[in-house]
Amino acid sequence: MATTPKKLELHDEYEYGFNDGDVGVLKFQRGLTREVVEEISRIKQEPAWMRDFRLHALDVFLKKPMPTWGGDLSHLDFDDIFYYVRPSERQGRTWDEVPASIKDTFERLGIPEAERKFLAGVSAQYDSEVVYHNIHRELADQGVLFCDTDTALREYPDLVREYFGTIIPPEDNKFAALNSAVWSGGSFVYIPKGVHCRIPLQAYFRINSEKMGQFERTLIIADEDSFGHYVEGCTAPVYNSESLHSAVVEILVKESAQMRYTTVQNWAPNVYNLVTKRAVAQKNATMEWVDGNIGSKLTMKYPSVYLVGEGARGMVLSIAVAGKDQHQDTGSKMYHYAPNTTSTILSKSISKHGGKTTYRGLVHMAKGVEGAKSNVKCDTLILDQQSTSDTIPYTEVLDSRVQMEHEATVTKVSEEQLFYLMSRGLSEEEATRMVVMGFIEPFTRELPMEFAVEMNRLIKFEMEGAIG
Amino acid sequence: MAAPELVIDNLHVSVDGTPVLKGLSLVVRGGEVHAVMGPNGTGKSTLAQTLMGHPRYQVTSGRVTLDGEDVLALKTHQRSRLGLFLAMQYPYEVSGVTTANFLRAAINARRTETEPIRLKDFRDELDRAMDVLHIDHSFANRYLNEGFSGGEKKRNEILQMLLLKPRIAVLDEIDSGLDIDAVRIVSEGVEAMRGPDLGMLLITHYQRILNYVTPDVVHIMFDGRVVRSGGPELAADLEQRGYEWIREEV
Repeated sequence: MATTPKKLELHDEYEYGFNDGDVGVLKFQRGLTREVVEEISRIKQEPAWMRDFRLHALDVFLKKPMPTWGGDLSHLDFDDIFYYVRPSERQGRTWDEVPASIKDTFERLGIPEAERKFLAGVSAQYDSEVVYHNIHRELADQGVLFCDTDTALREYPDLVREYFGTIIPPEDNKFAALNSAVWSGGSFVYIPKGVHCRIPLQAYFRINSEKMGQFERTLIIADEDSFGHYVEGCTAPVYNSESLHSAVVEILVKESAQMRYTTVQNWAPNVYNLVTKRAVAQKNATMEWVDGNIGSKLTMKYPSVYLVGEGARGMVLSIAVAGKDQHQDTGSKMYHYAPNTTSTILSKSISKHGGKTTYRGLVHMAKGVEGAKSNVKCDTLILDQQSTSDTIPYTEVLDSRVQMEHEATVTKVSEEQLFYLMSRGLSEEEATRMVVMGFIEPFTRELPMEFAVEMNRLIKFEMEGAIG
Repeated sequence: MAAPELVIDNLHVSVDGTPVLKGLSLVVRGGEVHAVMGPNGTGKSTLAQTLMGHPRYQVTSGRVTLDGEDVLALKTHQRSRLGLFLAMQYPYEVSGVTTANFLRAAINARRTETEPIRLKDFRDELDRAMDVLHIDHSFANRYLNEGFSGGEKKRNEILQMLLLKPRIAVLDEIDSGLDIDAVRIVSEGVEAMRGPDLGMLLITHYQRILNYVTPDVVHIMFDGRVVRSGGPELAADLEQRGYEWIREEV
């Protein structure tokens, strides 16, 4: 390269680190109390059952101790977080109605292009409310429901009530309880029996207010014999104080249905990303999580599948990238509760600049699950001496008539490999990036085209300045 | 542009503190094919790796220039962009990167950022080069060297040479581990490139490949130096008499 490129550290200059001032028209005081929860429910004009659900969840949250495993949560101060922010009074139906400052942010994130290209309907969450949402006619005509969860609660109260909190109850863990108490936004998807969504359902999320927790709540129901692909991307601006993102995603995949949930999250380096994602797969159903975690201060996320019906299949394909002062504590959990169920986990993690990745996973084989199979593969790429990686695979096997495979590899980018690539004219940086891109290729090839391009761009950006 | 010229002048190289090359000198010009032969452990591969700038090889004295430019002052990728190429004895595998994508990145690395090779032009060139080497076109979509047989790896090295069009190419044991058909195909690839714009240094232990590629000059290396240089008949001599007589004469 002719000139020496300026070294970029995420902490120095985060690509999406612009912010457009405080656009929130309604912002609570910091901290979490019963009054805050009641106020959120009142503003949203929720039915009594949801208010009671929230208050019950708050009790659970307050009683549960902080987890002592996983990452370091000691700097997380629940009293120093905003629990609700609403950026504009109402939702935009068309692009023209979206406020200019918000539109500017979206434009920088490339949402309009995405909207043009993916006519499946764009649902973009900005702070706590969904401000822009559009459903493609084809999907609507097929009876597919795709909206933010607040809207769903108003318009499809019976559906929401039937499933909400049934897959991840507040009692599940402290952060699921927190989300249950203060949730706002998120996506609701219902795909009717036999309906195949040809085009992916897309949602973009973005945290914008300093010290604001984002607690979106997503509920997806794929009815029998249906097929759907939900896609969500995330970029958050950078702030000096810590921010909390704690989402809950519940998915029910009914008999013979297929659901894929793809997410790539690129959080600013100060975000705590503590997310509970779980799916239930019924007889012959297939659930696939494609999960990319880049950035954040600490991510603790373990997408899981409960394989409750015979022949159900679960798949998790994930990548985690940890840089300076970052810890990606990620993995997945597969619960086999029926015979002939199969699960596949492929985890790819990259640590650099002293970053830390931990694969933490569980495969549970209950009694009587004859013929169940599980295959777990964890690959780690370590880019320098300061970076570390751990693999912690748990297994609980209560039936001997099952098949389990586990494989773990740790790779360092070798001098020989770089020399080979450099001998063809690639600089050390380009060569390293090529090795990294190749390493995550099993992940990127599963992404929709637009996402794969975005992903490659993110990785390219992440790798800049990676060479000392 | 003038014909390429690689000048190696009194080169001394150590590996982990042990001297391996002890004053090696050679000049290779465009249009010439030089064979470097010699017994194992005499420094042939060290020469190849040093020319390309492998960090494990320390040059303790001597000079190397390509078209007058100080090669030793350049990093590996800069040497490549200057026109130096090394077909490696043990090509490295890179999982997840297709051979085509790698080649395109390598070609674009030597062009300006605003003028990358057009995809169609690249595809046409690639197809043509693969045809020369009797490589199935599906090869382009396989991950770089991953799961390749020994012969495929070597053919892939020559494929890269055809596409990158170097000024000076060093071929390190390009014939090792190949069956006779593969040697012939690889040799055809090498012959196809022969011309005034390319000088080649063919490093080999055996005379076999020289049945297909006739060198202009043959050098015999022993203990880190060139001890004999001559025409193709020198290689034939070696074939008959082995390396022992060299050892005795030196």
